[in-house]
Formats: sequence, structure tokens, C-alpha cells
Amino acid sequence: MSSSSALTVERPTATAPPRRHGSTTKRKQNVAAYLFILPFMVVFIAMLIVPLAYAGYLSLFESKLIGGEVFTGLGNYVRALTDPNFLGSLGRAVLFFIIQVPIMLALSLFFALALDSRRARGSKAIRLLIFMPYAVPAVVATLMWGYLYGPDFGPIAQVSRAIGLGTPEFLTPETILYSMMNIVTWEFIGYNMIIMYAALRSIPSELYEAAEIDGAGQFRVAWSVKIPSIRPAILLTVIFSVIGTFQLFSEPSLLNAIAGNAITNDILPNYYAYNVAFINQEINYAAALAFLLGIVIAVVSYIVQLSAERRERRERNWT
Amino acid sequence: MRKTPRAALALGAGAFVTALVLSGCTPGGGNDGGQTEPITDEQREEALNTPTELTFWTWVPDIENEVKLFEEQYPAIDVKVENVGQGLPHYQKLRSAIEAGEGAPDVAQIEYQYIPSFVLPESLLDLTPYGGDDLSGDFVDWAWNQVSPDEEVWAVPQDVGPMGNLYREDLLAAAGITEPPATWDDYATAAKAVKDATGSYISNVGATQAGQMIGFFWQRGVKPFGYDGQETVRIAVNSDEAKEVATYWTDLIQQDLISTDVDFNDQWYQGLANGKYAGWLTAAWGPIFLQGTAETTSGLWRAAPLPQWDAGEEVSGNWGGSSDAVLASSENPIAAYELAKFINTDQASAMMLATEQFLFPPQVSVLEDPTFADQESEFYGGQQVNKLFAEISTTVDTDFQWLPFMDYVYSSYEETMGTVIADKGDIAAALDTWQDQLVKYAEDQGFTVE
Repeated sequence: MSSSSALTVERPTATAPPRRHGSTTKRKQNVAAYLFILPFMVVFIAMLIVPLAYAGYLSLFESKLIGGEVFTGLGNYVRALTDPNFLGSLGRAVLFFIIQVPIMLALSLFFALALDSRRARGSKAIRLLIFMPYAVPAVVATLMWGYLYGPDFGPIAQVSRAIGLGTPEFLTPETILYSMMNIVTWEFIGYNMIIMYAALRSIPSELYEAAEIDGAGQFRVAWSVKIPSIRPAILLTVIFSVIGTFQLFSEPSLLNAIAGNAITNDILPNYYAYNVAFINQEINYAAALAFLLGIVIAVVSYIVQLSAERRERRERNWT
Repeated sequence: MRKTPRAALALGAGAFVTALVLSGCTPGGGNDGGQTEPITDEQREEALNTPTELTFWTWVPDIENEVKLFEEQYPAIDVKVENVGQGLPHYQKLRSAIEAGEGAPDVAQIEYQYIPSFVLPESLLDLTPYGGDDLSGDFVDWAWNQVSPDEEVWAVPQDVGPMGNLYREDLLAAAGITEPPATWDDYATAAKAVKDATGSYISNVGATQAGQMIGFFWQRGVKPFGYDGQETVRIAVNSDEAKEVATYWTDLIQQDLISTDVDFNDQWYQGLANGKYAGWLTAAWGPIFLQGTAETTSGLWRAAPLPQWDAGEEVSGNWGGSSDAVLASSENPIAAYELAKFINTDQASAMMLATEQFLFPPQVSVLEDPTFADQESEFYGGQQVNKLFAEISTTVDTDFQWLPFMDYVYSSYEETMGTVIADKGDIAAALDTWQDQLVKYAEDQGFTVE
């Protein structure tokens, strides 16, 4: 469940033209237009709206192994808001977001600026290299990192022991969250870098010329021209990261095979909802959790967007 | 709000209906009442000679070969074998299909511990009227009790996992141990000797491996679970005997004589292959598994019964094993039952399962068959491992029950016991936490807990 509405950065300003009656061509065109969007609408309704409505409907019931289904109204939601496991998983997701996203986006931005500065040799190859982890499916990435993290035969542990530093513990209950942050960072640096890099390429060169005439160096240009110009792109990556963080699933579910004692069922909210549905067999409660998670994502995305807009407005008022 | 032209409305409504059909949102139906009258021979004949297609969900590799034998004998029946995943994913899909009221197979592989969770929602067919009772003598007693704890027969046993001790003879010899430890006390002594002499752990106890620990409980005579088939469950994972077992392992783990690595992943495979572990307390499916995992150590391993709590006793527990059940929703129950029966009782098919897929047999006839029992295994220095485990399989306590929600039991084990075992904490105390979680869940789900 992602809220695509959070992605609309611009508000439509054009108002619909007043419609004239009796124009048959107009009506024909209208029908044709509807026909064209019909296939999309069918799939959209079938694959998103109907399942969503069905999940919403399910979340209003409670089903027990003994006694079957009973209507509980918002009972599941009340239970979720007082469920320490769910709140704990949300807390860990927020912690994940606060630590991992700034590091990842700062690195992405750094690489994007470095590539854009055209000082780096072989920038095409580097671009591809940094982007490559994103092309690796999360499943493969997690399995690979699981091996790298291994305390007995993982290369990191072996090197660390060889130089006398002992065995680093990546897969304990205390460290697993940070190990996952590292995996996710590795996976998505390239993806976010590409978004920022594309935005950088579209900055008109007159700005650079003007900055140069003013005697700005490379760093000054990056700080005062480039970063402000690609702010919408950065905002987009932040919102994608919000959605992505709250939806993390492959990483905990795969690491469970090698660190089952560290990956608790409620380590992250999406994984918790899944376990509630399929292990505890409480489909209805899981539906409520998923809905709440969707609401949380929408709210957080909205807050991110709002604060960015506020900042823009403030800055505009200053200048 | 703008008015929408009528055509668009019609289109929209059409789209919505199409969408509903596409997303398959139709309420699922239940199943009709089961058969109560015994099936006559005529009915059986008729069913087996009517062209029928059966669907069989199983994750046994190459089971198509056994199915082929069945199809040769009953040419009218066509069996579609589908592997929808091993273990948990398989059950999830099975439950979803049952819930949806369509798409469920006729016959499904179900591990013993999961039978109650399918009996509870009445998803399985009672095989008694189809002749299920007649099979009771074909299988070792405890396995039969697993599929038929009361009057009803819920499935046909396919394979089992009586537990034994696989150990590295060379590593134990290096510590001066020439005989496999006979009692758990000897085992603890041996653990220290092996660790001091070779640096190897005498065995690993998987921190999150509930199946292994429950097997140890089973051997000790613990009855952690009970289910009356209705609404009453008995939960006693923290009984005195269970705590005795837990304290035994806590002690060894805290002395660093037993490792607690999470099992069945690459690191653990490597540990078996390179001598990190000098042994593996495992089930009858373990010997073959180990051959594939630790090829380089061929000839160094030996098999023995589990160490005993009291010297001179011969008791074991079980870890794993499956049965084949017929779904209550099957439209061809007679043919489906015949398939489940054939696969596991036809001599050629059962033999094939034991010697080609290496499933450890619950069939008495296979266990006693010299071609199976007398097989000498090079990996175990020419030992007759099958014979040993065949003997062990008669020492498994026959009266062991499960709860109708084992998915939760295992996952709760991971949360409560797994963390403590991995942290070298007090496992006996963790049993209390586990007990509390299970009782709370059972009560929340509407069960009466004794």
C-alpha cells in the first residue's frame, strides 16, 4: 500500500473549461477518451481498489480459530494502537529512517555531484558501478550480505580476525537493525543518485556561467546553485525513502534464516503484519495493521512535503 | 462536481464489474458433510475406473516416479503433482485455497505436527469409511498414532524422523572416547573432553530449532501439548521434566561446550563439514542430508542412538516426518484416498521412497526388508545406518500430541527461547515465558486451556 497522492508535487492550476451542450463531436471525443483509459481503470480497480476495499472490510472483523468471524468495528485498530509489538516495530522503522535515510541520501548526493562535476575520470563506468546494486534484487542482496556478515566464514569476520580485531557481530539482536540499514543503503544509493543526477543535468548552464562570473568555485556552485536547483528531486527521493523504509520486508524475512534469534517477528512493521497474517493466522488484524501502516506512510510523507514547502516559502519571503 | 456523461457511467460500471471478476472476490463455500457409511467394493471399482484428474501437493523430490506406478495400476486416473513450496509456504497456500473454497488439491503432504491445525477447521477427510483403519498394522505404532490419535484416520504416514546421534568418530577418538556416549551424563563429560582435545563442539543446538528441542522433550517423556480435537488444548512446555532437559542444555551451553548457531544455513553446513561440530543430534533423515552437506568427511562419521537419561533404557524422540492427507473438499475422495494409500503402502512405491528419495520409512514391511535394512553406508564407515534407525524407530514414545496452531508455537519458540539460547541464558526460565505466550494465544483464539 503506497500513497501515490503524496507524490504530486505541483497542484493543477488550470480549471476545466465550461462544457457546451449539444456538441456531438465533443461527446464522441469524451467517450473515446473514456474508452482509452478504460483498460487502465479496469486493472487499477481490480488490482488496487477492490483488494483495498476488501482488506478494509476484513479489518472490521475478528476471526478466531474457535468461534469464527465476528464483527468488531474498529476493535482491531484500537488493539493495534495499544499493541506493543506494532508500536515497537513502528519505532524501529522510525529509527531506521532517521539514521539510514540521511546517510544514504547524503552519499547519493555526493556521488551525483561528483559525477556531474566532470572531474571524475571514467564517470560512465562509475555511474554504472554505483547503480549496479539497485539492479540486484533485494533477495539476492540480502543473501549476499548474509554471507558477508557471517561470524565464522564471512570475509569481514575473517579479515577482522586476521588483523587481530576479533569477530565483529553483525547478526545479534543489538546490531541486526544497523546491519539491515547497511544493506538497504548499499541497495539504494545508486537509485537515488540517478534521480539526483538526472535533475542536475537539466540545470541550465547560464546559471553556472553567472556563478563563475561572480567568482564562485566548484564547491560554492554545488552548494549555492546545484543543490537548491534539484531540491524537488531530493524531496522525491526522501518521500520514496519514507515509503520504502516502512515497507521493508525482504531483508528481515531473508535474514531470519541466518539470524532467527535476532530477527524478531515484530522487527519492522510490514514484516510484523505478514507474520500476524500467516503465522498467528489473524488475517483480519493483519488487514488493520496494513491499513494503519498505509496511513502512517501517508502522514509521514505529507509531513515531509509540507515542511519542504514551508521552507521554500520562508526562503522566498527572505529574498 | 461535474456531471459525468451517461456513457462514461456505463463504462465505469462495466469496468467495476470486470474488475470484480478479475480480482476474484467471491465468497468461498464450505464443504459438504463427509462420508459416514463404509465404501463398498463396487463404489471403489467404479471410482478407480472413471477417468479422473487428481491434484497432489507435495515437496518430495521426484515423487512423480511413485505416482507413475499408481497411474500404471489405475490408468483412468491422472495425477497432477504440484510443488507449491516446502513447509510454511505450502501450508499458507493450502489454507488460502481452503479459505477461498477453490483451488485446493485432492491430496496434500502434511507434517505430523500440522495435522491438528487442519483437523480443527474440518479441512481433512476422515479416511475411516474409505478403509483407512485397515492400514493401522502397516506402520510403526507411534507413527500411526500421529495420523489417528482417536477414532478417525486423518492421513497416511509417509516418512518419520526418529532421533539418533551422528558423530565424528575421529574427533571423539582424539579425545579418547571410543564408544558413543550412552547416557546424557556421559555426553556432557564427552563434550568437555572433545572441546579440550580438538576445539570442536560435540554438537550444535540450533537456537531457533524448536523441532530438535521438542524431540529432546519427547525422549524425556514430556507431554508438552495436548488437543482433544475440539476446543480444549493442554499446554505444558514448562513441566518439571522439560525444565530438566532445558537445564541440562543451559549448563553445557554456558560452559561453551555446545554451540547454538542457527541451523540449516550455509554457515552451519560449513560447520558440519569442517569439524566445528563433532556431532549432530538429529533425525533419521539426517544421515542422508549430512552426506550431501559434508561430503569431504566421508567415512569419518558414525551413527548411534541418542544418549539416555537413565542407563540401560532405550528411548527416543521424533523430529519431523510427513503424511499424505485427503482434503475434505476433494470431489474424488475415493480416488484421492487410494492415491495416498498407494504411495505409502504399495511395496514398490514405499521401497522407492525409502531407497531413492531416502525418506525414512514408517512402514514395518520396509523397515524389515533386508534390501533396506542391510544397506551399508560408506559415509558411516560401512555401518548399517538404516538398521540402527529402524531399531530406534520402535523406541519412540507412541503417545505424543500437537497443538492445532503449531506455526505459532514454533514462531513463539523463536521469540522466547531462541533469543535466550543464543544469549546463553537460562533456558528453563525461558520455558515459562514460552508457556505464557502459548497460553495467552490459545485463550485469545477461543480455546479452553487445561
